[in-house]
Amino acid sequence: MTDIDTLVVFPDPASPDVARLLDLAGFRWKAVANPDEAERAEPAQGWGGAVVSCETDPEGAWAFARALRKRDNPVTPVIVLVTGAQIADLELRDDLYDDFCLAPFHPRELEARLRHSLWLAGGSVSGAEMVDYGGLSLNLETYQATFNGKPLDLTFMEYELLKFLAQNPGKVFTREVLLSRVWGYEYYGGARTVDVHIRRLRAKLGEEHANLIQTVRSVGYRFGQSRWGAN
Amino acid sequence: MLDQQRDYVLRTVEERGVRLVRLWFTDVLGTLKSFAISPAELENALNDGMTFDGSSINGYSRVQESDVLAIPDPNTFEVMPWVDHKSAEARVFCDIHKLDGAPFEGDPRQILRRNLDAARAQGFEFLLAPDMEYFYFAPPQPGVAPQPLDEGGFFDLTSSDVASSLRKETIRTLETMGIPVEYSFHEDAPSQQEIDLRHTDALTMADSVMTFRVVVKEIAASHGVHATFMPKPLEGVQGSGMHLHMSLFKGEANAFYDEQDPYNLSPVAKQFMAGLIRHAAEITAITNQTVNSYKRLVPGFEAPVHITWARNNVSGLIRVPIPKRGNPSATRIEYRSPDPATNPYLAFSVILAAGLKGIREGYELPAEADANLFEMGDDVVEKLGIQQLPQSLADALKVMEGSQLVADCLGEHTFEWFLRNKRDEWRAYKTQVTPFELNRYLKSM
Repeated sequence: MTDIDTLVVFPDPASPDVARLLDLAGFRWKAVANPDEAERAEPAQGWGGAVVSCETDPEGAWAFARALRKRDNPVTPVIVLVTGAQIADLELRDDLYDDFCLAPFHPRELEARLRHSLWLAGGSVSGAEMVDYGGLSLNLETYQATFNGKPLDLTFMEYELLKFLAQNPGKVFTREVLLSRVWGYEYYGGARTVDVHIRRLRAKLGEEHANLIQTVRSVGYRFGQSRWGAN
Repeated sequence: MLDQQRDYVLRTVEERGVRLVRLWFTDVLGTLKSFAISPAELENALNDGMTFDGSSINGYSRVQESDVLAIPDPNTFEVMPWVDHKSAEARVFCDIHKLDGAPFEGDPRQILRRNLDAARAQGFEFLLAPDMEYFYFAPPQPGVAPQPLDEGGFFDLTSSDVASSLRKETIRTLETMGIPVEYSFHEDAPSQQEIDLRHTDALTMADSVMTFRVVVKEIAASHGVHATFMPKPLEGVQGSGMHLHMSLFKGEANAFYDEQDPYNLSPVAKQFMAGLIRHAAEITAITNQTVNSYKRLVPGFEAPVHITWARNNVSGLIRVPIPKRGNPSATRIEYRSPDPATNPYLAFSVILAAGLKGIREGYELPAEADANLFEMGDDVVEKLGIQQLPQSLADALKVMEGSQLVADCLGEHTFEWFLRNKRDEWRAYKTQVTPFELNRYLKSM
């Protein structure tokens, strides 16, 4: 690595341990308090990566990670720091981070993970990713959805919801999980939003495929069949 | 998130070979306005908006500055299903801004947004489901009464029924466009149809009502049939309403539901209803905005006349439908006066404002009127302290003019413009000599 890019660090101020580690390891970094600040302070060549600590403000931290990922040029790698009690929060947020480190962290471990992630991010070139289930096919590169080869016209949020479900077939999700993982906490629409979008997806899938998304009474929704048989 | 939404729209345009993107917005009277741009202009439009001269749009003209900015809402982007695949077209709803970036006060969509923000500040999300009624006629000819396609009654279905196959095609198209349908049937009157939409948030629903009117008319027109949302097109049979089922949600919970109450209505629901009842007359010019609207609001045709509520009485203004058992989220009220010729953005705004005022100020809900008021004499009704809805557009405008609630809800610009425009409509109507008068007086006087 010839030119070390600047890392963006959340929250501001960074915890003394994180600040110390980054300084000692020779990283250039800047702490910010929110996505807007990250946007404003961003160097011309973009952020080289991010260290997001969930310890003090987990909701703010995940919203921050989401903002870094859901922009035109997503920031990679993103390393999240979680406490032992927060490990469950990692579930179904795979798109929001590249690696994580358990807090309180061992400085050598975080440094090693950071370097490795930076190396991976520098070297990887991703091709068009596809999600397929039955006749349904989602091209994650072009955002196009087709059913039995016929285009399915979706709005952005319908597409995001279908993508999330299709990536996790057979799993039952509560409305809260769908809302927090697909829309993010900053969304104000409430859990009814999920029902409404499910209805719209079913309408667009058409009568014969509407049951691809099943209502699991008093729990939530499931896409397709479980990989593990009945559940 | 917004960046990704824009990206999603741009990629879809490219991948689907969309040739034309229609930017949709609504004038103050609820007429859909549209201009088309090429895909090449779309990126710019999404980022910076498109400037246009608003002076020819109803309710958009201003004294100092006529240019306004249309900024597409990328979440409403839809490829239109009725155009053939080789030259796909798409539409996207726009929010109208002033050139300095502030929301334009004449844009109904912005007005609804502002009112929904107020509800959100109180922790409420406003959900609606309209029952859309309309008629199919043979293409209209000047001076000839509307010609129904059939003489079918309620739930009448025969294989040769043109209207029902039109309705089916309409529903299929609506569903492809992400507008789920709950029920549909042939209504009481000849050639009258009803399509009930599934509930969603108020902004999406207002957009859906605009789309609905276009889809119904387009599909009818493609088969040489004229669809109309005119509130009372035929004398002597019932007119077309747009009954609105509504509820407020607080997070996951329906704020209208209370397990303890005999009707399962929470204090919030009752105060919301009380707000609607107290301010119903003030908001009627918005929910029923044409001269013709008031010919529907007469006794004997299942349209409300009196400002009352009841559990199950179709003559009342507010009905409290019995929700399916064990489903608190279906608890709702049905506001029955609006007609489908209204501007949905403004109608939803004033209804919400009236209801929220009831909640904020803790209004007391009057007693239920479970008797059929149509069968009572006017004197009896009056003794019960029951008010009537305005009898004409002129009456409705007079009440609206004195309403601080409606002025605050719509904003000064739209409030003033609407009153001015509708007074003109009333004046134009008042000077007409009608067939009624000629038939009644010409010979005998």
